Amino acid sequence: MTADQIIFILCAVVIIVSALMVVTTRKLIHAALWLVAALFGVAILYAVLQASFLAVVQVVVYIGAIAILFIFAVMLTRREMLDKGAQTRSNWWLPALLGLLILTGLVFLIIGQPAFSRTASEIPADVDTLRNLGTALVSPDAFVLPFEVASVLLLAALVGAVYIASDKKK
Amino acid sequence: MSIPLSWYLILAAALFAIGLFGVLSRKNAIAILLGVELMLNAVNINLVAFWRYMDPAKMTGQVFAIIVFAVAAAEVAVGLALIISVYRRRKTVVADEIDLMKW
Amino acid sequence: MTTLIWLLPLPPLISFFVILLFTNMRKALSHNIAIGAAGLSCLGSMIIFIRALGVKEFGKHIFNSSINWLPTGSTWLKIGVQIDPLSAAVIFFVAWTVLAIFVYSIGYHNFGQPKGDHDVAGLPPHGATVTENGHKHIVPSIEPMYARFFAFISLFAFGMYTLVISDNLLTLFVGWEIMGLCSYLLIGFWFGKPSARDAAIKAFMTTRIGDVFMLLGIAFVYSFTGSLSFSEIFKPEMLQALASTPAFFGLSAAGIIGLLLFIGTVGKSAQWPLHVWLPDAMEGPTPVSAMIHAATMVSAGVYLVIRMFPLISAGWTEGMPLNTTMSVIASIGAFTALFAATIAVAQNDIKRVLAYSTISQLGFMIAALGIGAYVAAAFHLITHAFFKALLFLGSGSVIHGMEHGVLHTGDHVEPQDMFNMGGLRKRMPITFWTFLIGGFALSGFPILTAGFWSKDEIFAEAFGNGHLVVFVVLAAAAFLTAFYTMRQITLTFFGKPRTKAAEHASETPWTMTVPLIVLAVFAVGYGWVGIPEQFPGLGGLIPNWFHEFVGGTLAELPRVVEFSWVPLITSLCVALGGLFLGWLVYRKVQTPEQDFLQIPVLKNKWYFDEIYNFIFVKPASWIAEKFTSLYMDQTVIDGFLHSVARFSLFLGHAFRNYFDKPVINEFLGDGTGNVVKSSGSGLRKIQAGRIQYYMVASIAVLVIFALLFYFLLA
Repeated sequence: MTADQIIFILCAVVIIVSALMVVTTRKLIHAALWLVAALFGVAILYAVLQASFLAVVQVVVYIGAIAILFIFAVMLTRREMLDKGAQTRSNWWLPALLGLLILTGLVFLIIGQPAFSRTASEIPADVDTLRNLGTALVSPDAFVLPFEVASVLLLAALVGAVYIASDKKK
Repeated sequence: MSIPLSWYLILAAALFAIGLFGVLSRKNAIAILLGVELMLNAVNINLVAFWRYMDPAKMTGQVFAIIVFAVAAAEVAVGLALIISVYRRRKTVVADEIDLMKW
Repeated sequence: MTTLIWLLPLPPLISFFVILLFTNMRKALSHNIAIGAAGLSCLGSMIIFIRALGVKEFGKHIFNSSINWLPTGSTWLKIGVQIDPLSAAVIFFVAWTVLAIFVYSIGYHNFGQPKGDHDVAGLPPHGATVTENGHKHIVPSIEPMYARFFAFISLFAFGMYTLVISDNLLTLFVGWEIMGLCSYLLIGFWFGKPSARDAAIKAFMTTRIGDVFMLLGIAFVYSFTGSLSFSEIFKPEMLQALASTPAFFGLSAAGIIGLLLFIGTVGKSAQWPLHVWLPDAMEGPTPVSAMIHAATMVSAGVYLVIRMFPLISAGWTEGMPLNTTMSVIASIGAFTALFAATIAVAQNDIKRVLAYSTISQLGFMIAALGIGAYVAAAFHLITHAFFKALLFLGSGSVIHGMEHGVLHTGDHVEPQDMFNMGGLRKRMPITFWTFLIGGFALSGFPILTAGFWSKDEIFAEAFGNGHLVVFVVLAAAAFLTAFYTMRQITLTFFGKPRTKAAEHASETPWTMTVPLIVLAVFAVGYGWVGIPEQFPGLGGLIPNWFHEFVGGTLAELPRVVEFSWVPLITSLCVALGGLFLGWLVYRKVQTPEQDFLQIPVLKNKWYFDEIYNFIFVKPASWIAEKFTSLYMDQTVIDGFLHSVARFSLFLGHAFRNYFDKPVINEFLGDGTGNVVKSSGSGLRKIQAGRIQYYMVASIAVLVIFALLFYFLLA
């Protein structure tokens, strides 16, 4: 087993365990924090996959913004320590079963596909992934339109979120 | 790199399943959104893994992942704003209790 | 000329329609129209008669005209009019008697009198109260259905004219039936009286029986000869063929046809056994009785037989023994003459006596024809028409006078009962003298009256041709005739009034007495046109015009019978003897109890009405009421229909309750609704409003389908 594989397995364990804790832990604030851990693991995975930009963006956006947002939301919606009582619904076994089924199905499909057992090839030395990413994002021949639309989407989400969450009691 | 692509994919599938379980079985609305975040991350892992293993020269996979980031962010923002708004009105964040649109 | 013949029946017909449709409310206008029409027809008849008189050998040069009427394959059925000597003589008397009766009806129905107090249409008028000088008394009132009466008798006149002028059996039958209808209408004129209604039905039914056989005879004639015209049927070769072709019951075709047509006459002229309707027909007003039983209807029956004489006597010549048909006719005629006369002596109603006397006299005519005395029969027909019409109208006048007395005195006696009368000759002189003339004519009073000459001729023929049985029977009948006639006259006119009503009877107005006088003139004078040439003394002074004229109708002039004293003496004895005896006996009789001839058998008409009731009427009404109506119609047919209806109802109920309601309504209709409702209310719970629930459901379905797809399609 090579080093990458070990790193990968460690990372995968972290991610899976954190994810499991996210969905099972009783206290909501713990769940948010476990999510942070899971996201960190994903960022490491991006780095292993040599998508460095994405790793950074993951940390900054997901952990730095989204997870923080979750924590704020938890804070704003707490009432009398509502973490008492069961946190999962009574019929949790059905989603578990469904998840297992989907997992086994997907795994089965993945393993059955011989094309997926390839290993990664080297990135050629002259390919600058970062530069290419930047160019792709703003180049009219590439993905400038989705990029701009995503910006508009973010603007709309921003305005919408502000409006929805505003306190209209005045 | 000697990690087969299938490992990444299996990991993403597992993460997706866990996120699905969280979405379907947690009572708290915010916890549901946490599950959604896990599922989105699983998707991102898939995308990036495919980018790296199929054709790293083309940036389509990463761009897609970036767009997913943006969308996830927007979605979380709006979702949480909604939950907060609902919490203000009905004083609850338990998903099962937000059932005004029932029969 | 022939146009005039065609037009003869038209005025009465027009009068009928005009009165019915337009002038039903106007009394004077209606009777004027009717009398005008009768007068026109009378005028036309006279013109034709006088013209006919002027033609030498009229029998060979008759007036006739016919048209093709009914196409029958390659031939035509012709109808037309004809005036030959017989119909010329008949039309003479029809015209005058009809006109006399029409005028008489004005007075009879009290024209000019006020409307009755409680007179109602359908019942005889009962009198009106008038106040004169503060004194109230009741006077006769006008008939409520005045105009209708004139309409009906106009139709009756039309029927008779049609019958007389027709040259074929078809239009003769048409006129015959029209008169049958009118007799029904007129006998039942006062339809409010149940007895009148019954009498009308009886008359119609009885004559109908005769008519059915007559129609069979007409059909037989047509099928044998191919024509219904008299000129065709009476061709010598046709008669020869008819006489020699055998038909049913051993008779020749001519015999059967003659018999069948004779049965029609038996019905119409009220011979035994179909005589029962005529006495009951007295329920109608008296002008109707005169019309039916003297002038027109019964004469039509005899006219038919006289007309068909060549057929009846086909194969027979004078001197031969009678053929079967003629013997039957003679027997029935003679029997009826005696039979009716025996009944007449026991009747107390003035009109009933005359009714039976009519039947009896018709028997005379029929018997005469049966023995082959063609001219004698025709002669008696015509004289009888005059004096019988005179007698009937006279009796109507008497009844009117009596009714006046009844209303005046308030003494409510039956005005028609002779035993309530008496001494009327002083109160009603014109009526008395004319009635006397008529009665003597009926009895055969010698020389002066027409009845003598005609009756004497019948006796002479019967005796001279050796038909002694007929002779004796007719002589007996003649005796009874004279007897009961004198009985009638004595009881009515002679002696003292027996009731207060009779004391106050008064003479009737001129509209009634003038026709009496006119008819009396004919009753006396008509006899002198037929005096036999061999008669001692008077014979030969005037030629026997009647014999020459009417005899000319036949192919050969009938032989004049040898004169013999026996029939003459016999007729003198029976006539004078009967008259004298009648006067002698009934001078003294004042009440029915004193009348020794009120024998129950005779009074009850030999119980024939009861016999017929038992044999025919009761079974017929049993069949109608019990069998057909109750058993078949109500029980069987209605029962079947009701059970069909019940079954349909049952089916309907069954369908409704066992199929429609449970299956279609509840199962399909309500059931579907309920299923949808319950499934809806069950399914709505899916929409719980809980988002995780939705998501679980959709993911579960997705997984299931994925598995299905993978395992089924992979």
